[in-house]
Amino acid sequence: MLKLDNVTKVFKTGTFGGESLPAVRGASFEILPGEVTSLIGESGSGKSTLGKMILRLTPVTSGTITYEGKDISRLKGKGLREYYRHVQGVFQDPFSSYNPVFRADRVFATIKRSYFPSVSSDEWHERVETSLKSVGLNPVDVLDKFTHQLSGGQLQRILIARALLLDIKILVADEIISMIDASTRVDVLNLLSNLKARGLGVLFITHDLSLGNYISERTIILRRGVVVEMGATQKVFDNPQHEYTQMLLTAVPQLHRKWEAGLDHEKDVMGVTAEDEGRPGRYSKSSLHPLANMHARKARRGEERLELAEGLLRTDTYLRTHEEVPPLVEVEEDHFVVQSAKVH
Amino acid sequence: MGLDVSHLQLCYRTLRGDVKAVDDVTFNIDDGEIMGLAGESGCGKSTLGNGLVRMDVRMRQLGGHVELDGKELPISDTKAMRDYRFKEVSIVPQYAMSALNPTRKVGKMVSELLKSRGFDYKSALPELERRVKLVGLDEDILRRYPIELSGGMKQRVVMIISTLLNPSLLIADEITSALDVSTQRAVGEMLLEFRDRKFVKSTMVITHDVSILAQVADTILIMYAGKLAEKASADVVINNPLHPYTQLLISSLPEVGVRHDEHTLVGIPGRPPPLLNPPVGCRFKDRCPFAFDRCNEEPPFVEVKPGHSVACWLRVDGASPAGGS
Repeated sequence: MLKLDNVTKVFKTGTFGGESLPAVRGASFEILPGEVTSLIGESGSGKSTLGKMILRLTPVTSGTITYEGKDISRLKGKGLREYYRHVQGVFQDPFSSYNPVFRADRVFATIKRSYFPSVSSDEWHERVETSLKSVGLNPVDVLDKFTHQLSGGQLQRILIARALLLDIKILVADEIISMIDASTRVDVLNLLSNLKARGLGVLFITHDLSLGNYISERTIILRRGVVVEMGATQKVFDNPQHEYTQMLLTAVPQLHRKWEAGLDHEKDVMGVTAEDEGRPGRYSKSSLHPLANMHARKARRGEERLELAEGLLRTDTYLRTHEEVPPLVEVEEDHFVVQSAKVH
Repeated sequence: MGLDVSHLQLCYRTLRGDVKAVDDVTFNIDDGEIMGLAGESGCGKSTLGNGLVRMDVRMRQLGGHVELDGKELPISDTKAMRDYRFKEVSIVPQYAMSALNPTRKVGKMVSELLKSRGFDYKSALPELERRVKLVGLDEDILRRYPIELSGGMKQRVVMIISTLLNPSLLIADEITSALDVSTQRAVGEMLLEFRDRKFVKSTMVITHDVSILAQVADTILIMYAGKLAEKASADVVINNPLHPYTQLLISSLPEVGVRHDEHTLVGIPGRPPPLLNPPVGCRFKDRCPFAFDRCNEEPPFVEVKPGHSVACWLRVDGASPAGGS
């Protein structure tokens, strides 16, 4: 439906734009209806730039983004408005998406003014209420309220409701839950899953792998503006091919697996037994020298990281020294990895 | 030894009355212990952390007292606290990125800071450089401006500065929230290393992210609406929580390596109560699926198992309708 073909974005930096900073290099992928595609990368990887280019908030340097066969960079006036009728975005900070001087439901009024001027206000009110209910909000709770009276989760859901008033096909969700409390986060995530059941395509931009794992069908991993790995979420997470993906997966904090995954083995080395529970925590006071724990940790970390670091360095050097982006190769069905990586 | 907080009450003065952000909080942190403090925004976790270091002008201490290494910590007296701040208690603030002076090079800033506390920069420099190298940074950063450093580097620099005088208590307020996963890991491991090297005696890690605490904390304290909800060792809080709030919170976290196809996670409906006029009784009762009559009385924060304290009527013998489950 929405297709990116070799999309590149270069920012001019330095005095008089003398230097250039490639933010996105040769990204090609597709957003399909009824699927959540998560775009995962760390800060500076170009994930938000990609989202902005899709929303036409920033122009592409080269390559094309096509929506239903039409190149979106050529859209103007009426055509662009029609595009926004189908493609909408929701951003990270719900508080700065609203004007705090006005009531939060003003966002609905602006939609009516630009897209549905002929709809009667009674009917419009009904549509707003239906839309709010579909995102799990009670209209009485949120209408006629100012932004400071609503929680982040509510504001974020109002923005999604606003997008749903239009006939949207694609939603770009840029870090939409990173500012929401843990207890309501999952509700917004589940809402996105409901949207995909309604046939929407969602581009879910995040730095949090666990969220991507929870909600998406397809995963795209970005590193320095280059797609290093992409494919079906389960395949990417269960069988990560690229060193960067592997590194991200070992670094993500998890509830039931410690960073030093081989903790039990480590305990044996340290002479600390499982029964040794002198104090709450992982090591008892009676364990060897306190620094011994640390050295064991460092040794483990060293081994594990050395391999990853070498591979990562190889990729980074390649990307820095080469203009063109290495092609993606298919390692298994629906699972692609950039070619400079070690292929098993 | 370590930190002892008993029945501490902190409030914000507003025109509409006192907002009790920390209400009757009692806990202790041992030497060498890393305690995690978790909760939703507005639960009072940052207020507690800030209160132990520097009271805002709007903040008042309504009761309770704080002891550090057996000595009373005069937290309500901002002037008297000057003798303790940086030397005995230290904080890494939530936005460490903006804690550095943008017009000074890092080294210059540290030297000014030390001078203001009556210490000599030259004699502290070798130790400073050693610690900079220890956390994997180049000692050259002391001659750089903060703008030249990345977020993770700034976070680590602020942590080194805060712990330079080997404080007895370090309060780390949301230090990993703004970082990428790989930097989160580096900063988290730095907390462990600083503890092991005895740069700090006790550490309090304030965060909303329980999975970070699963990595670094020895014990976890869960706060809800200004009150303590649960305290136990990290493994117990994560694997066998007893308070309904903790249970719901932990079960709502998505994880890597788990397939979520079959079961969808659910959040906790509702919002935390306003603290200006908090409801009587258990503050979680409106959102709690197990609430019963007794919840209109305030549950005591009691030790139900060795090292495991909970504030919930379900866990008090003979109080629950079904005898607890």
